[in-house]
Amino acid sequence: MQSSVTLTINGESRVFDPENGQPFSVSRLLIALNLDMRKVAVELNEEIVPRSRYAETILATGDMLEIVHFIGGG
Amino acid sequence: MDGSIAADDDTWTVAGRTFRSRLIVGTGRYKDLPETAAAIEASGAEIVTVAVRRVNLSDPNAPMLQDYVDPKKITYLPNTAGCFTANEAVRTLRLAREAGGWNLVKLEVLGPPPLLYPDMPGTFEAAAALIKDGFEVMVYCADDPLAAKRLEDMGCVAIMPLGAPIGSGLGIQNPAMMTMIKEQITVPFLVDAGVGTASDAAIAMELGCDAVLMNSAIAHAKDPVKMAKAMKLAVEAGRLSHLAGRMPRRMGADPSSPLTGLIR
Repeated sequence: MQSSVTLTINGESRVFDPENGQPFSVSRLLIALNLDMRKVAVELNEEIVPRSRYAETILATGDMLEIVHFIGGG
Repeated sequence: MDGSIAADDDTWTVAGRTFRSRLIVGTGRYKDLPETAAAIEASGAEIVTVAVRRVNLSDPNAPMLQDYVDPKKITYLPNTAGCFTANEAVRTLRLAREAGGWNLVKLEVLGPPPLLYPDMPGTFEAAAALIKDGFEVMVYCADDPLAAKRLEDMGCVAIMPLGAPIGSGLGIQNPAMMTMIKEQITVPFLVDAGVGTASDAAIAMELGCDAVLMNSAIAHAKDPVKMAKAMKLAVEAGRLSHLAGRMPRRMGADPSSPLTGLIR
């Protein structure tokens, strides 16, 4: 039974309450943040999370994430 | 036919990918995303540079670059702008690879303002780390023939010295050195900073560059879309001029009309 999960995302601390105490995966996080997973990339504790493993990668309190996308640049 | 004046078979190849357009454009510093898209379209570019940044968590539905510039049609070349260490560059481009699924990247490790000059020790370190990690590295660098050769020997897939500082618009300040570096290397050779106006792009191509990379010269023009078109034409004109081979320079006149057969 998992209670709330506190994560640092892009330098900001965020608290999530997974529904029904289910494991909180990267997929669930992206849905909770309302992000289009085809347009972002995710790093968990300085390691890339491949898109194919979003569903099985479970997050725990204290995890540090970077979520990035492409923007204009020279 | 897209109105291009260059020969259809005049292509260039970097890391096994073949392109017809010899103009690579940045996607930064435009007024908005629709203007970015219109300028890219007018430029005819097949490759655009992009940056990798944190998403804005408070506004997840803000329009994204991919909504305006289709990565299936235009090759995204992720850059390392803002990275000052090899570790940051590698982490940034691993994220880019996951977001975009390709290995072709632009490495730039810059020194501090006001010059943002290429930091060559940092560039060598990051290039080594990226190549080891399987990236195909197009590298922004100083106009230093030894550095350029060393980067090629390390396995970089394109050498891209500056013609003048980033965003300066000063034009190609080092044409002789550019020619000398070009002669030292065999991978594609590009001018990657300093172009200010269309004649600068033509000069870069006349010097024998395989392509030209620019951002501010288009984005900061009064009419970016018109300038994008001007750059497309200038790059094509410069390329044709290079292929045609210019006439020899001579100190003095040589009349174009015959001096015989004149009336008396």
